[in-house]
Amino acid sequence: MGIEIWRQGSWLVGELTGDLDIASVPVVRVRLERSLAKQEVDGLILDLSGVNFLDSSGLGFILGRYHQLAEDGGKTIITGIQGQVKRVFELSGLTELISRKESLPEALQAIREEK
Amino acid sequence: MTTNYVRLEFPSKPENVAFARTAVSAFVSQLDPTVPELADISTAISEATTNIVVHAYPESEGLVRISATLIGQRVKIEVWDNGCGIFDPRSIRHFGTTTCNQDRMGIGLSLIEACMDHLEIETKEGEGTQLTMWKCLGQQRSDSGND
Repeated sequence: MGIEIWRQGSWLVGELTGDLDIASVPVVRVRLERSLAKQEVDGLILDLSGVNFLDSSGLGFILGRYHQLAEDGGKTIITGIQGQVKRVFELSGLTELISRKESLPEALQAIREEK
Repeated sequence: MTTNYVRLEFPSKPENVAFARTAVSAFVSQLDPTVPELADISTAISEATTNIVVHAYPESEGLVRISATLIGQRVKIEVWDNGCGIFDPRSIRHFGTTTCNQDRMGIGLSLIEACMDHLEIETKEGEGTQLTMWKCLGQQRSDSGND
């Protein structure tokens, strides 16, 4: 499991890869929280196109970041969910709560147009 | 009717959750399930073993036992622990009904129910929990073939 974090304007982008479960969530949570603590951002894009597997530990991690950003008026967008990841998201109902785009380029285009 | 089985036993370490879902999925693959069916089984095993790591043995490690049995085109999976048991199983069988803290959603058993055809829970406070789940494989393939 890995996460590559970079900044796009006033947004932070986290590209996740591998499996997102109870063993990997603590590692990516620390890395992402460290980045969020260092800078003010308007929002967070979490790209899941490289995630092969996700369970409720992964969902909890994403929901936690959504609440963390929302506390300061920030937005969260998830991108690239497919297969097992998409099914678990839909079963949980989180797709009703968190904004979703098909791909990272589509999300980046959307935040550019929002300015 | 053809039967086959596998038994797994391991300590309740977070890093063993991936092993459990991968091992059970690999074993079940001999029934030629569809990709979504195999993904559902992986999800169910991941949730069952994560629940044990987090809730059954909250203060220490304990033993996790998994049995997967193939009977015809059905798989029966049993997951045991000797942990603290579930105080009120009825309260955790619906989405979003348990407390959510430290980024945990409390939807593990609900996801298992959604991914499997049938789920039974036997639990006793202080003695442990056994989950028994069933799934019939090849249904989605035959459903689409009838379209």
